[in-house]
Amino acid sequence: MNDMTPTREEREARLEGMGCKRKRVEDIRFTQGKGNYVDDVKLPGMLHGDFVRSPHAHARVKAINTEAALKVPGVLAVITAETLKTVNLAWMPTLAGDVQMVLADGKVLFQNQEVAFVVATDRYAADDGINAVEVEYEPLPPLVDPFKAMAPDAPVLREDIKDKSDGAHGPRKHYNHIFEWTVGDKDLTDVAFRKAEVTIKELISYQRVHPSPLETCQCVCSFDKIKGELTIWGTFQAPHVIRTVVALIAKLPEQKIHVISPDIGGGFGNKVGAYPGYICAAVASIVTGKPVKWVEDRMENLTTTSFARDYHMTTEIAATKEGKVTGLRVHVLADHGAFDACADPSKWPAGFFNIVTGSYDFPTAHLAVDGVYTNKAPGGVAYRCSFRVTEAAYCIERGMDILAQKLNMDPAELRLKNFVRPEQFPYHSALGWEYDSGDYHTAMTKAMETVDYAGLRREQAARREAFKRGETREIMGIGVSFFTEIVGAGPSKNCDILGIAMFDSCEIRLHPTGAGIARMGTKSQGQGHETTWAQIIATEIGIPADNIMVEEGNTDTAPYGLGTYGSRSTPVAGAAIAMAARKIKAKAQMIAAYKLEVHEDDLEWDIDGFRVKGLPEKFLGMKDICWLAYNSPPPGMEPGLEAVSYYDPPNMTYPFGAYICVMDIDVDTGVYKVRRFYALDDCGTRINPMIIEGQVHGGLTEAFAIAMGQEIHYDEAGNVLGGSFMDFFLPTAVETPHWETDFTVTPSPHHPIGAKGVGESPNVGGVPAFSNAVNDAFSFLGSVHIQMPHDFWRNWQAAKDLGLIREPAAA
Amino acid sequence: MAKTHVTMTVNGAQVEGLVEPRTLLVHFIRENLQMTGTHIGCDTTHCGACTVDLNGMSVKSCTVFAVQAEGAEITTIEGMANADGTLSALQEGFRMMHGLQCGYCTPGMIVRAHRLLQENPSPTEEDIRAGIAGNLCRCTGYQNIVKAIQYAAAKQNGVEFKEAAE
Ligand code: FES
Ligand code: FES
Repeated sequence: MNDMTPTREEREARLEGMGCKRKRVEDIRFTQGKGNYVDDVKLPGMLHGDFVRSPHAHARVKAINTEAALKVPGVLAVITAETLKTVNLAWMPTLAGDVQMVLADGKVLFQNQEVAFVVATDRYAADDGINAVEVEYEPLPPLVDPFKAMAPDAPVLREDIKDKSDGAHGPRKHYNHIFEWTVGDKDLTDVAFRKAEVTIKELISYQRVHPSPLETCQCVCSFDKIKGELTIWGTFQAPHVIRTVVALIAKLPEQKIHVISPDIGGGFGNKVGAYPGYICAAVASIVTGKPVKWVEDRMENLTTTSFARDYHMTTEIAATKEGKVTGLRVHVLADHGAFDACADPSKWPAGFFNIVTGSYDFPTAHLAVDGVYTNKAPGGVAYRCSFRVTEAAYCIERGMDILAQKLNMDPAELRLKNFVRPEQFPYHSALGWEYDSGDYHTAMTKAMETVDYAGLRREQAARREAFKRGETREIMGIGVSFFTEIVGAGPSKNCDILGIAMFDSCEIRLHPTGAGIARMGTKSQGQGHETTWAQIIATEIGIPADNIMVEEGNTDTAPYGLGTYGSRSTPVAGAAIAMAARKIKAKAQMIAAYKLEVHEDDLEWDIDGFRVKGLPEKFLGMKDICWLAYNSPPPGMEPGLEAVSYYDPPNMTYPFGAYICVMDIDVDTGVYKVRRFYALDDCGTRINPMIIEGQVHGGLTEAFAIAMGQEIHYDEAGNVLGGSFMDFFLPTAVETPHWETDFTVTPSPHHPIGAKGVGESPNVGGVPAFSNAVNDAFSFLGSVHIQMPHDFWRNWQAAKDLGLIREPAAA
Repeated sequence: MAKTHVTMTVNGAQVEGLVEPRTLLVHFIRENLQMTGTHIGCDTTHCGACTVDLNGMSVKSCTVFAVQAEGAEITTIEGMANADGTLSALQEGFRMMHGLQCGYCTPGMIVRAHRLLQENPSPTEEDIRAGIAGNLCRCTGYQNIVKAIQYAAAKQNGVEFKEAAE
């Protein structure tokens, strides 16, 4: 060995593999304005399409007059449901087994619903055209309150299915009912409640919100009449699924559809579904023979494409006097809006809401979810969470706090008493999941010690006394949340989308000089896949991450995958990468054995190549093996070094974490200040700690936004009141708290590299931590549960309801 | 609609074009000049994705008509790199401190931060947070954006950047 031989540490460092805070590859282009987003796509002769939208929440469409619009300079076509009927596309299937109007067919069912699509030479002319389309409406009574949806005299919303007694998920109880989904043992749970020493019951609502990525939904469709090929650039989190959907509904051969997701400006669930804009742009391109661009504006984004949540959860917990939980009963009224367009795996009408037993060892539980139609926008996407998991986490984490209050017990102590214990894993929950791994006590204890939880409670007790003595008008809340996520959908035995199993895929191709390309079925929207996927490959096969190019989003070149949402990329595609890399490594070992003239079993892996056991100087690096694969493979072996893996996970993964929020609220103004927020996450093996920290910061900020202000609210007439950034709360750098992050590592036992996924945990755990902090602040004054969002006004209102505000005497 | 002729200086180069009186500056930059680094994220002047530097001020180019920019000096994200093509201190800071994820807000953030550091070369964390309050980011939670700007300020001031203790 001479001095130039790199040390093991140097060789490891050169790879920039797993565990390394590798700087992002993507940033070179993004920091220079050289990203390529959909709206940046400009094709020769490209037209622009835009929607005429309904001002009414519920109305009959009597007539649409397009004559004047067609005379507007620049306007080339106006597409209506009648046009779409000629190609059988007036309605489209949804991911949830329902159908949705692409353009208003006879009636409109929510405000801002798509009524006609104007196609013009540029976006300004399209706007002029919209203003010239005349639509005659006959208003109908709107149905806004989901609790009134199944009243005997409720207005009929969906005339197309009003007489159908069965929906995609079984029997319907009413013409505005979509499905009932039940899980768990009802009888056993009833017994647990009958025998319970202590019970709580509370209606816990999770308001309607919207993912609102900074880039809205958009696409460019270009139909080539000669070749019969359709190319779509779009903001798609799941490009292959979009290709299959287009093939199925437009009856085009799938090989003639090219779907490209270029750079995406954030998704958070908003860009999973298929929206009328995509269909209309495609039809418009077929009709006009020109490429057509459709770009949503912000108001359209907030009011039409994919809301999230809107779950009203009646939550009951049974327990012993000592605080041991004995049963959980939850009924959810789910407001799905006008069409059931939830983006859930096919057999899961309420997603994985049955993770609602959370991190606690409930001996029995029962869950029933009723989905109903209302005159609101369709959607029901997983806004930075796995399917309905954040609703479930909010439900149980508020429930546990309410139980603690009733028992007069500390909420952290109650959690510690009921956690699933480390030796119980793999743990079978009462509602049917097999939790793969966890160590909840260690995480919770670490969190409590780091923030000096006992000290905080002492401070709070002193300040409550001071408040009662009238020395301060500020109250202090400590919000504890402990969440278990369920991500990585999913095993083909229980997860599919439109019949396609929810595997994911990776193809790796190594080049002769020791470089390579990896192509994936996933699609980054900011998660940094180009950086992290290469790190997994670097560790697995000893090629520096810098030498691996990662490519996603082109359905012609990437292997079929189900896309990126629900924190599934690392659990599913991350595993596919490792498996593809291991196939390559196995072949590389044969090449090395041949070259080094030993048996394969006499070789051992050493960072970036193979070494003969016991003969450390006999070593062959991966770079040389790449060359040999193309130059002189062993006799009888095919040249080349590449592999594909389609990974069907054996189970989901179950990341968890402990979050603690400390907040001060001024009761006279409702103004709150987040004093401290500590987040401990366990996402198993950590691929890039820098990116994990960034994901946690971002997820916590979205959780903060939801808990403290976001709401897509409708008035009684069905007017949407959260339709712009004036009304819909997106925190700026000024309001956003400072985040403290921490971790424990409990690798997933069934995942090839032990990783579990992290991007959505902070949203799932963050919302209850904030809400529990507000509720905890008010609890000593007799308050049990205050609904989100906890904005200043609502905090003030809560104080007023508790009689804390002195009304000025009437003049 | 009748068109008006406009000329302005963008990233040091004289440019011109024909626009409708209602054409927004952001559309002129993105579509006429085909510089697509400047983004659009809202309709209500809230998000700042469209921020450009106009006559020495940070301006939301979605809220200015192209005709109002007649004769103006404009710098966009495409004009932010060093003269030799290397990343500027801010661009480098955003990368080193992981101040971006999807990258959609990033051009506006960097252009805004550039002006902020001209106005206040040694800002405190509070100054930075207030200084970028007109720019929304949905991905990062701002904490690393603040660090990125601190990194650039330190580099421009020739002092060592010490990451704020967590
Ligand atoms: S596009 Fe949002 S402020 Fe200009
Ligand atoms: S990085 Fe995505 S909006 Fe800021």
